[in-house]
Amino acid sequence: MAMMIDLAAQAAQMLLVLAIAPLILGITRKVKARLLRRVGPPLWQPYLDLRKLMHKEAVLAHNASWIYRAAPYFVFAVTWVAAALVPTYATNLMFSWSADLIALVALLATGRFALALAGMDVGTAFGGIGSSREMMIASLAEPAMLLVAFTVALIAGTTQLSAIAETFATADVGLRVSLGLALGAFVMLAIAENARIPIDNPATHLELTMVHEAMVLEYSGRHLAMIEAAAALKLALYFSLFACLFVPFGIATADKSPEALAIGLAAYIGKIVLLAVLLPIGETAIAKMRVFRYPIFLGGAFAASALAVFLLFVSRSF
Amino acid sequence: MPALVALWCIAALLALAVAAIGAARTTVGSFLVYGGSLIASLLALAVGVITLIDGAPAEPMVLPVGLPGLGAHFRVDALSAFFLVVANLGGSAASLYGIGYGRHERTPLRVLPFFPAYLAGMNLVALADDAFSFLVAWEFMSLSSWALVMANHRAPENARAGYIYLVMASFGTLALLLAFGLLAGAGGDYAFAAMRTHHPEQTTGLIVLLLALLGAGSKAGLVPLHVWLPLAHPAAPSHVSALMSGVMTKIAVYGFIRIVFDLVGEPVWWSSMIVLALAGVTTVLGVLYALMQHDLKRLLAYHTVENIGIIFIGIGLAMAFRASNMNWAAALALTAALFHVLNHSIFKSLLFFGSGAVSNATGERNMEHLGGLIHRMPKTAVAFLIGCVAISALPPLNGFVSEWLTFQAILVSPQISQWGPRFLIPAVGALLALSAALAAACFVKAYGITFLGRPRTSAAETANETDGFSLAAMFVLAALCVILGVVPGAVVELISPVVQSLVGARMPAQSYLPWSSLIPIAESRSSYNGLTVLLFLASSGTVTALFIHRFATRATRRSAIWDCGYPNASPATQYTSSSFAMPIRRVFGTTVFDVREVVEMPRPGDTRAARYHVKVLDPAWRYGYGPVARCVLRTTTKLNRLQFLSIRSYLTLVFVTLILLLLMVAAWR
Repeated sequence: MAMMIDLAAQAAQMLLVLAIAPLILGITRKVKARLLRRVGPPLWQPYLDLRKLMHKEAVLAHNASWIYRAAPYFVFAVTWVAAALVPTYATNLMFSWSADLIALVALLATGRFALALAGMDVGTAFGGIGSSREMMIASLAEPAMLLVAFTVALIAGTTQLSAIAETFATADVGLRVSLGLALGAFVMLAIAENARIPIDNPATHLELTMVHEAMVLEYSGRHLAMIEAAAALKLALYFSLFACLFVPFGIATADKSPEALAIGLAAYIGKIVLLAVLLPIGETAIAKMRVFRYPIFLGGAFAASALAVFLLFVSRSF
Repeated sequence: MPALVALWCIAALLALAVAAIGAARTTVGSFLVYGGSLIASLLALAVGVITLIDGAPAEPMVLPVGLPGLGAHFRVDALSAFFLVVANLGGSAASLYGIGYGRHERTPLRVLPFFPAYLAGMNLVALADDAFSFLVAWEFMSLSSWALVMANHRAPENARAGYIYLVMASFGTLALLLAFGLLAGAGGDYAFAAMRTHHPEQTTGLIVLLLALLGAGSKAGLVPLHVWLPLAHPAAPSHVSALMSGVMTKIAVYGFIRIVFDLVGEPVWWSSMIVLALAGVTTVLGVLYALMQHDLKRLLAYHTVENIGIIFIGIGLAMAFRASNMNWAAALALTAALFHVLNHSIFKSLLFFGSGAVSNATGERNMEHLGGLIHRMPKTAVAFLIGCVAISALPPLNGFVSEWLTFQAILVSPQISQWGPRFLIPAVGALLALSAALAAACFVKAYGITFLGRPRTSAAETANETDGFSLAAMFVLAALCVILGVVPGAVVELISPVVQSLVGARMPAQSYLPWSSLIPIAESRSSYNGLTVLLFLASSGTVTALFIHRFATRATRRSAIWDCGYPNASPATQYTSSSFAMPIRRVFGTTVFDVREVVEMPRPGDTRAARYHVKVLDPAWRYGYGPVARCVLRTTTKLNRLQFLSIRSYLTLVFVTLILLLLMVAAWR
């Protein structure tokens, strides 16, 4: 019986991230539109978009291979599993031990690998440009992300996400230089990884400035729906990761009573909505970068996180 | 007993090599030689696995061959057994692949006799228990592989590769010879058993370690000793390239581990920093150069340099931990290194097999002339894809597990007592993280340009799937990539006796864990479970696909490429290998590469096409070997005059030399 409850809690988390992901996108779009003095689409528009795409016929190029057809499902599955492994409303769920923070970063890399291959499958210039740039961004962002993971792991003494969140939520970690640096780096990385301004523009219609969108340019119908859903999930994942690493307050830890879970859930949704409001405010305040300025931006994140790790090697108290 | 069986396998391989000289002219000959090699390697593989599982104490064996009156010593301890497994796993796969691939060989007499001899040489190195037989086996391995590199000696670049390989191999053996000379000490007892009992003092130990780093490092491909590797490995036939990259570099790692962890004793604490720094640089430079290559086999060879770096990071960490008495952490780091040894031998062989299949089917190794092979060679494409994912260290395959273990070892290193390694290790960790991400970019490029897109030449358009034996070899290795990634605990158990014997500790026992989790230190610290990750991925992917197909639509239409409304029929409009790597070349170009870009722009009115040349040089040539080679050339040109002297001058020279020597003797006394 206990196992069934555990299983239900894990399933609830999987469904929660899946359900909330398009809403996050809806909030960011709405806030952004309001900031630009537009009315903007309703909050639930991403759900409608997904539904519409799913019911549309998928158009494939004549020379599209099985990789092109399988990649959207694979990317979606990888992102979903990764998102489900991040503690949202409670720690220590049933499968939280199966992959730690390093494995989570690597799982996202697996998804990106598949999508980059899919971008090159049909053999167009846009697909190639997208894949190439995506891998360039990833090759700078992923190591920085790993270093952020090292920072929190060194402070918490574990790489298990659940245990890290628990340590940060309950133990007296305090304000630390290393955590501050890691936070800054993480925000920059989250922006880059989710193809947001100033690295990429999710709403662009100018192909030469596209990265992520260029890579998936050929996709249509249900395949595109999967990719869009995966992108939304990835944003949700990064928000959840931010919430559980840097502001884990309210998350249900040892106490798994219904009240604690309800508090955890409310806190989680509150944090996520707040982040979804903050993101477009930041985006409207800055302009997109040129492609060859990315290394400066991402190199900054890399240097900040490397410095954080270095400080922790010097002393655990930093 | 295991040593005896393994030696019989080696004898069988050597006999095969001799028989191959006669059999090479017949068509069955190739089948028999490769089949025989397959059986012998499988037997030796079984010996290695049984020794590791059984854990029987190693018994030395003395054969009355080699130096008169002294004999040759052989022994199979846990370390030898593990490298027997690595060597013969690769060896048997290469033999199986060779049965099919060898049929296309134009000059079988140049390959067939040397192939079993090469396998025998690598096995002998792992078995040798004295310095003399070790060095003889080492040279035998080098020379037989040199013969294989020169198999297609008419190509000028192969001749150059063979020459450079020979020079570097001689240099490496010289370094090892000196290392063993120091280890043998004044008594000159050259058996490993004697070296184990009296370790040299610390300064001598340090010199031995540096010499071992030069000797084994040049064979393994540590930067800046790697320059021969991307030239020689691709020049050989593909199954030999697989052995050279996948196995021989690992035998070099064996040599290093044998000397540093077994024979030298406790080296000075800061010696680990030299290894770590070299390894970190090797890791990143290896993968960056790999990214710049257009030749598929050369890309793979450069990428071996990266993986050797990862292995040496593990070894360096183990040395640092051992120096500060953290044997449990040393066990973790060394397990990670050895796990990566096994993993790399598997997926690098697989990828070389794939590239061999591609070059056989198309006659091309240049990726810029390939493309779209997934349609023409669907099975090879699947196996190659698995290899690419595994080597990019992506879960849930095996490459990720060993890198993950290395990261875990890095994360416990703040507990090291010395400050030097503590400052260095975070930097090495950052380099390792960087290389992991770059490796993924590298293999997206390798796979995307070769197998995806539209065919760039007619050779790629008309390629045919490779033969059954080659496919069988590739799929066996691909299956191993998945299995080792999903049940890593079994491999850790297999490695544990090796680690126990070298650092006196081991990783926690993994066999009792549910769902075959992997736990490096303690459950509360970190755990990884490849099996659940795989099951999760498979189930959520399937559920999603079924859901979409059931509740949404399955309607699909085939149509022309959209490409934003302006499709161009020419395959030249696709992204190429160089354009794919261009952003990364720009990012690292000024600091790491020696890039020369030349734009030839015709003047206005001139109808000539504009041309754009990019040349990426390995700075090791420009700053390291180039000056040395020029210096040698200058000196020899000057000395050349000595060849054209009169008899009078020669006599004077002889006389002067004699006087000098006599003076030296007089001064010495």
